[in-house]
Amino acid sequence: MNKKINYQKIATEVRREILKMHFFSQESHIGSALSCADILTVLYFKILSVNPQKPCAENRDRFILSKSHAVSALYATMALKGFFPKNILKTYCKDKSNLPGHATRGTVPGIEVSTGSLGHGLSMGAGIALAGKKDNKKYRVFVLISDGECDEGSNWEAALFASHHKLDNLTVIIDYNKLQALGRTNEVLNLEPFKQKWEVFGWRVREIDGHNFDEIEKALRPVSFQKDSPSVIISHTVKGKGISFMEDKLEWHYKSPNKEEYDIALKELNALDKK
Amino acid sequence: MRKTFIETIINLAETDKNIYLLTGDLGFSIFKGFAEKFPKRFINCGIAEQNMMGVAAGLAIEGKKPYVYSIAPFVTMRCFEQIRNDICYQNLNVKIIGMGAGFSYGADDFTHYAIEDLSILKSLPNLMLLSPADLIETKELVLQSYSKKQPTYIRLDKSGKMMHNGRSKIIIGKPFVFKDGKNAVLITTGTCLEIGISVAKKLESEGFSLKIISMHTIKPIDEKLLVKETQGQKIVFTLEEHSVAGGLGSSVAEILLENHIKNITFEKLGVPDDHKNIIGKQSYLKKHYGIDEAIVYRKIFNAIKTNEK
Repeated sequence: MNKKINYQKIATEVRREILKMHFFSQESHIGSALSCADILTVLYFKILSVNPQKPCAENRDRFILSKSHAVSALYATMALKGFFPKNILKTYCKDKSNLPGHATRGTVPGIEVSTGSLGHGLSMGAGIALAGKKDNKKYRVFVLISDGECDEGSNWEAALFASHHKLDNLTVIIDYNKLQALGRTNEVLNLEPFKQKWEVFGWRVREIDGHNFDEIEKALRPVSFQKDSPSVIISHTVKGKGISFMEDKLEWHYKSPNKEEYDIALKELNALDKK
Repeated sequence: MRKTFIETIINLAETDKNIYLLTGDLGFSIFKGFAEKFPKRFINCGIAEQNMMGVAAGLAIEGKKPYVYSIAPFVTMRCFEQIRNDICYQNLNVKIIGMGAGFSYGADDFTHYAIEDLSILKSLPNLMLLSPADLIETKELVLQSYSKKQPTYIRLDKSGKMMHNGRSKIIIGKPFVFKDGKNAVLITTGTCLEIGISVAKKLESEGFSLKIISMHTIKPIDEKLLVKETQGQKIVFTLEEHSVAGGLGSSVAEILLENHIKNITFEKLGVPDDHKNIIGKQSYLKKHYGIDEAIVYRKIFNAIKTNEK
């Protein structure tokens, strides 16, 4: 049970699948997906109480990817976890596919809600958490949001709501890579002081390095941080993490790799396996 | 109407523990009964409609049956994208209660009008649109929509009149032929039925008979019935306390055209798609915008007369 999980190996595999999906589909948002690959790895392989064989089990933990443009990372993680066969990842964003470019309920098992427009996931997560509280159910709700997404006012409505209703079964993870669609978050619409904002909204906050598996696991394992309070983990990350020429580069919000870039990236990821 | 709504919901909530009532901090005094009886299932979400609609979606995903209440423009337009993405596209059993049809909140001015809600919401998949005329339609539609597990918008007027008698059989999805007539057809929605009834009486004293259809269900629209009831007629009017841009009139016009109903005089009566800063109560505004009894009568009367020539 306490067998040490080789997160690095799984996360590299997740990144390799992400790379393939974006290369073969030529769709955007590879940088956003790579940014949260480590968090998703720890979530699905350690934290979430989910069973791919019983994706609708009543007391499963609910995970919502609100920064839904990074869904390729979720598909890759879920496929490796066994929610669906890995070979369908190659249909990502293809015609008649079950893997659209944003998470959609009813497509593949384990996708809890449809998201895509930013600022929706947290409110739905709060509703699901509230239902769990009302029914005394044991499940927890995790919502992964992006930093730029916090520009949306609806998140702050939800933040008020969750603390008012003492939703300590709700945890938000913020993928804080500090790059949004047109620039640095502190240049577009400054979020700082970010931690304090969440604190004054009544949330318990931890800050971590979102690529350090130990830190991710240590932060996620004890949630909720405090009885009667929702928890938030501000996860400092790097957009494009894991592929050197994509790291912290805004253009990889949009671009997808060409053949040459794909080969270089694949080589880099394969080299990680040998470490 | 909202009193009827809340009484009906309280009755349903007695036996169904999954009914939740969410409000955007509106509905002073009317929710007291529900809140006292079912405190755990009454949630004042504060003045935050976007979150309220998302929370409702989350509750519905977990099998709850949320009724989400606020003044109509706030509970439709402010959170339109949440209605679209979170509720309609996920086809969740959320009932949206829009209070203040048309100019119900007339003196509060345009921010509080609900004169575009139907046209906006008509575009959304899976969403049933209900617009009751009186207390009987309100009760029946609230009751019958409860058993339909789909997103629904119920548009309530501030007034609370009885136009139907106990014998009227109101069936959700089925327009109600309120009275038959051969000189013209008037299709109304919401409380405009009352104008229709008065106009019909006046026309009768002139020797003309008016068929009236109450369109309490705007979507899905009963195309078959509308075709049947308008075929062979020479004059068709629609009447709504709503913009003529995309409302009931537009839906009826599409049906008539697509079904090759030819050689008829057709006119949409409603709020012109041309905003002016006119202040006044509901009755004043209806008169100003040409949807009061006198103007509707004159228009239909003139159409009948022209047609006779």
